[in-house]
Amino acid sequence: MKEKRSAVVLSQEEIAPAVYDMWIETSLAEQAKPGQFLCIYPKDKSTLLPRPISICEVRGDKRALRIVYRVAGAGTAELSEYKKGESIELLGTLGNGFPLEKAATGKIFLMGGGIGVPPILELAKQIAAARKTDQNIIVRDIIIVLGYRDEKTFLKEDFEKYGRVYIATEDGSVGTRGNVMDAIRDNGLAADMIFACGPMPMLRAVKAYAADQKIKAYISLEEHMACGVGACLGCVVKTKEVDHHSHVHNARICTDGPVFDAEEVEIV
Amino acid sequence: MNTQVTIAGVTFKNPVMTASGTFGSGMEYGEFVDLNRLGAVVTKGVANVPWEGNPTPRVAEVYGGMLNAIGLQNPGIDVFMERDIPFLKQYDTRIIVNVCGRTVEDYVEVVERLGEETAVSMLEINVSCPNVKEGAIAFGQKADALYGITEEIKKHARQPVIMKLSPNVTDITEMARAAEAAGADALSLINTITGMKIDIHKRRFALANKTGGMSGPAIKPIAVRMVYQAAHAVKIPIIGMGGIATAEDAVEFLLAGASAVSIGAMNFVNPYTTVEVVEGIEAYMRQYGVENVTDLIGAV
Repeated sequence: MKEKRSAVVLSQEEIAPAVYDMWIETSLAEQAKPGQFLCIYPKDKSTLLPRPISICEVRGDKRALRIVYRVAGAGTAELSEYKKGESIELLGTLGNGFPLEKAATGKIFLMGGGIGVPPILELAKQIAAARKTDQNIIVRDIIIVLGYRDEKTFLKEDFEKYGRVYIATEDGSVGTRGNVMDAIRDNGLAADMIFACGPMPMLRAVKAYAADQKIKAYISLEEHMACGVGACLGCVVKTKEVDHHSHVHNARICTDGPVFDAEEVEIV
Repeated sequence: MNTQVTIAGVTFKNPVMTASGTFGSGMEYGEFVDLNRLGAVVTKGVANVPWEGNPTPRVAEVYGGMLNAIGLQNPGIDVFMERDIPFLKQYDTRIIVNVCGRTVEDYVEVVERLGEETAVSMLEINVSCPNVKEGAIAFGQKADALYGITEEIKKHARQPVIMKLSPNVTDITEMARAAEAAGADALSLINTITGMKIDIHKRRFALANKTGGMSGPAIKPIAVRMVYQAAHAVKIPIIGMGGIATAEDAVEFLLAGASAVSIGAMNFVNPYTTVEVVEGIEAYMRQYGVENVTDLIGAV
């Protein structure tokens, strides 16, 4: 169920330049799924619209959610100032999340680029856990490929708990020089399916790679949003098939996504 | 205490409505608010055929508000009649359908289809969307064009007709008078104000459409002024909107001369705004001993 409610900041720290790591106490954690997002409302009334921010980690038992975000403007700058104990207004949980059940067999790539890295963490955690407990999930190998600008490889240690981690950096300071696709080639990696989140050029490359390899890819998209709940039709993506809402070729990223089968969306 | 208002013979349980394009057909915000509490749901614009709308980015934030250039994406009247009307019929609220088109014939086709549906209480004609090249605002910025389309729609409409006016005109009273003279039963204003935002870091327009319609609290004083001017220019009732965030804002519009108000962009900021405004107007009436909400209309 979607609700707007108050939550409390449990902790916040800067883990890379302009990248912040915040834990929030909220009962929304009990329903949160990897790949879903929250809309966070700035307190400054000049910045009215909610900021869509992906969920990085879920602790339903502790009613806690983790978000890791980059300061991109006035709203996220305000968010980065929040201290422990501060109250925060948020709407959640939003979006469909990653289809965990599609990770049934074989080797999987979990790919994150830049500020698309955080939502992959909870996914990695849940797939790793499901391998042990869910008889239907027979993942042989979790291959995590992360792309960063430079040596500030935030969340890398968290990922190492859940699978083999390969790094690409734009400046070549860590791992492969280049992007996540370069890291795959460089390390001779292969998988049977992909879950990915990252900037649009990366997702385009992932989509092309998946098509070429004839494997499934589920990609998480982002777009400027106003409402976050499917009413304003601001955040659409072109789709191959007619969408169920407007009966054109525009799915709503906030509600039909943000995770899509790469084959279904046109992100050229 | 009586919160009922009557517009063109249609009675509403209270004067709080939703602004077209910000509330879909109520499905999304029905998860947050009880639609039965609203005076009316004014739907997103519907055309004779599905419209794809504009490329993205379609929305951008500006100081105290936002810009949008959705471009009237909608599923067309067939899906709307099959899906959206039955959904809204489940609720005890009035249904006002916003109608858009590229040509007069497009509008008439939709108006005639809606005439078959008695659950639709009124029609709101969108001649003021700034984000589509053909139709819409082309009819809303010249008095003679507005007169012409209003007159034509009135010939075909079974329900009372609200003409939704654009603020992007030199003299709002001239437009209000033209619509009234052509037979409009009511007016709604304001639609969004055309604006632009440029991303100085990327040196690109914030919206793919370059321009967009500005809404949100920052435009409220302009809207109040235009509602006041229009209310003094015509005798037909006015539905006022533009940046309403609170019951206090809504009362301001009523005092300026609006018979009802619509909540638009603030739904995005606080999904409970509509019902909070309903309750806040009641609180205002209690506080000031107002017996009938209609006593507030134009009371300055």
